[in-house]
Amino acid sequence: MPYYESVFVARPDISAAQVEALTESMKEIVAGSGGAVTKTEYWGLKTLAYRIKKSRKGHYSFLNLDAPAEAVLEMERNLRLNEDVIRYMTVRVETLEEEPSVMMRNKGSRDDRPRRDSGRDHDSRPPRAESEAGSSASDKDDDSTKADEGES
Amino acid sequence: MRGRRPFFRRQKSCPFSAPNAPKIDYKDVKLLQRFVSERGKIVPRRITAVSSKKQRELARAIKRARNLALLPFVVD
Repeated sequence: MPYYESVFVARPDISAAQVEALTESMKEIVAGSGGAVTKTEYWGLKTLAYRIKKSRKGHYSFLNLDAPAEAVLEMERNLRLNEDVIRYMTVRVETLEEEPSVMMRNKGSRDDRPRRDSGRDHDSRPPRAESEAGSSASDKDDDSTKADEGES
Repeated sequence: MRGRRPFFRRQKSCPFSAPNAPKIDYKDVKLLQRFVSERGKIVPRRITAVSSKKQRELARAIKRARNLALLPFVVD
């Protein structure tokens, strides 16, 4: 049977448990049509790159399928009908990944990113830029900044 | 060697054809982001030196990621 990867995005106002239940129900649909789900992943509530149906975030769920085309068709039909699902995509792949996908591997490093962007960095930068501008304006200021550096 | 001209540019090799090159995957947002401009456009391969086969693969992956809202269509 051909291999597929399927991703769907669910509305942000449902809980993670509900997303798991939704994934579980998709699994049953695929199994009912003679296919098998070899791996499922929950990528978490992620910020969307653009708004989909007025929502800025979405629960991402990922499935690896080893299933006939009819099973995929049936699963996609159900995803279309379900109002909690705002986006889905199924692609055929040559091989199914057994290990966790890049999304799961990068989870830890992804959490670091917002911290770097937020707040303090921006506050600390402007004064430094001003002192640099001052030092280039006159030689005396330049000397004083060098002295400061020596002391610290 | 072709270049003894004033604007000699050394030949860059394709980042996806190296021995331990990363696999192009629509899920790997961090990787795809390197081949997308600030505005969200796909960077031409004359700048990134990606081989034409890999560029096609890359464009497909970026478009898939856009569809899933992992990457933006436009940034403004």
